[in-house]
Amino acid sequence: MTGRSGIGSARRKKNFWLTTMMLPGAIWLLLIRYLPMLGITIAFKNYRAYKPNTFWNNIIKSEWVGLKNFEFLNSPDTAVMIRNTLGYNILWIILGMVISVAFAVMMSELSNRFAAKAYQTMMFFPYFLSWVVASYFVLAFLDPTSGMINALEKASGGTATNFYHDTKWWPYILTLCNLWKNIGYSTVLYLAAITGIDTTQYEAAAIDGANKWQQIRYVTLPNIRTMIIILLIMNVGKIFNADFGLFYNVPQNSGSLYPVTQVVDTYVYRAYANTHNLGMSSAAGFLQSAVGLICIAGTNAIVRKIDPESSLF
Amino acid sequence: MTTAAAGTGKKRHAALNQFGPGTQAGFHIVLGIFALLCIIPFVFVIIISFTSEDSIRQIGYSFAPLEWSTEAYTYTFKLGDQLWRSYLNSFLITIVGTSLAVAITVLYAYPLYRKDYRFRGFFNFLSFFTMIFGGGLVPTFVICKSVLGLSDNYAALIVPALFSPFSVIIMRTFFQTTVPGELIEAATIDGSGEYSTLIRIVLPIVTPGIATITLLYAIGFWNEWFLSLLYINKNMDIIPLQYLLMRMQRNADFLAKNSSMLGADASRAAMTLPSQSLKMALVVFIVLPIACAYPFFQRFVVAGLTVGSVKG
Repeated sequence: MTGRSGIGSARRKKNFWLTTMMLPGAIWLLLIRYLPMLGITIAFKNYRAYKPNTFWNNIIKSEWVGLKNFEFLNSPDTAVMIRNTLGYNILWIILGMVISVAFAVMMSELSNRFAAKAYQTMMFFPYFLSWVVASYFVLAFLDPTSGMINALEKASGGTATNFYHDTKWWPYILTLCNLWKNIGYSTVLYLAAITGIDTTQYEAAAIDGANKWQQIRYVTLPNIRTMIIILLIMNVGKIFNADFGLFYNVPQNSGSLYPVTQVVDTYVYRAYANTHNLGMSSAAGFLQSAVGLICIAGTNAIVRKIDPESSLF
Repeated sequence: MTTAAAGTGKKRHAALNQFGPGTQAGFHIVLGIFALLCIIPFVFVIIISFTSEDSIRQIGYSFAPLEWSTEAYTYTFKLGDQLWRSYLNSFLITIVGTSLAVAITVLYAYPLYRKDYRFRGFFNFLSFFTMIFGGGLVPTFVICKSVLGLSDNYAALIVPALFSPFSVIIMRTFFQTTVPGELIEAATIDGSGEYSTLIRIVLPIVTPGIATITLLYAIGFWNEWFLSLLYINKNMDIIPLQYLLMRMQRNADFLAKNSSMLGADASRAAMTLPSQSLKMALVVFIVLPIACAYPFFQRFVVAGLTVGSVKG
């Protein structure tokens, strides 16, 4: 009997000390991540200042307004920003996947390993830079007065293009920027998956008479399918999230470009920064989170049906 | 999935069975061009930062400027202290933020690795759920600012980025793959307390994992500008270089205005500012530490990202 209670108290002690380790992170999560989830109620209220003017008091006293804060959904601006967010994301998910799988396969087939390593190192570099820095890189080429493209244009007698006021270029520019920054990352992930493939599979395929292209089709691609699916789930789950820095900094926050650069994240930020409309911007943010949750749960459920091994949870 | 291992078997298969030289050359061209595109913008910015203002006025930004000059860099020393203070802030925020974040993350990930920890499932969910759902930008901002007091202070630039569930997954996976459970049991039987087991026995084994999350956090803090955009309104003394650069985009003389120079001095400085090459020089200042450390840290990040992407 005494032995058992000894074990019990040792276990309690262990759980106690391990729990103290969790505390800093858990407190952070509660304050910075879970407390704001309560703030979602702002989306359904007419948030105003009351006395005493503290956040919780204001939330409690503000009246419920149902879905009034969601009326922004009817405006034409909203259609544009949703179109932009979904359009860019779908395009980039497909392009990113195809290009980085292709790059990873090519890299794994190079017999010059030193060159492959060098390409990987160079391609991965932009991933570590901020969009603020990247926006200056873009400026170096597109600046209306000194930018390289305009300078060349002028030197050859043409007229300068003011890129920052001309919407037609931006779908291409943003796509290039996104690929430039992110291809290296996903290529590295796919390459690691390819490197992990058991080489005897290729030898067996070669003995069976498969050429290199057939080996890629029947050995490499099936082997990295799980990785492709995992990245796909993650990306589809984030389909209503846009990279704020890319859409805000790279086009220099230029108002005339909003028709092609406004996305959910910039919309929410600008709605708050320009009009201080707490209710509406919270509503938009809440919709974004909710749809994101549905997307990620949905894709995960589908994947679990088709291929339980590849599902995320 | 086995990702990190089999690098050696690769050579054998390549020698045995590979694409012909023509196809390989094609691969080299495609990959080589893209790889060059990835670093050329930075090279271009370095060139612009060493270009004289006259040359820029005449032929714009060019890979072959008419005249080279170091005036942008000499100017940074004459320009008052805003620039250097911001640079120092960048380092300060990165060092403090990274140390705290790594400590919190390791402490959070270790019990999650312990199969015998009672509340493992609960805390795992607590962290994971925030990866798929959140309160949104505005409620988070309002709560941080008006409830937690994160406004115009260093805490506002550090606290909101102190914890990342993704890094917890990476760290937990490192524990799972490198620390055998028997080691913990043996330590417990020897009467080692939980903290001393973690610090004396476990941590020395997982140093590669710690290196990985340290780098991820450090890069995150170094590149941080969004928190300044949200939480800094008046106190420009504490902004990091990234945000200074962002402000300068729309306001070229921001630097002169915000330095400690007096009115007339400041406006004179703003007039003679080699503003274009100066901006690019600041970009070089930001990228240089990353570019220098990059060859060394790259392999840690690759290891961490490939480990972290395996499902937890």
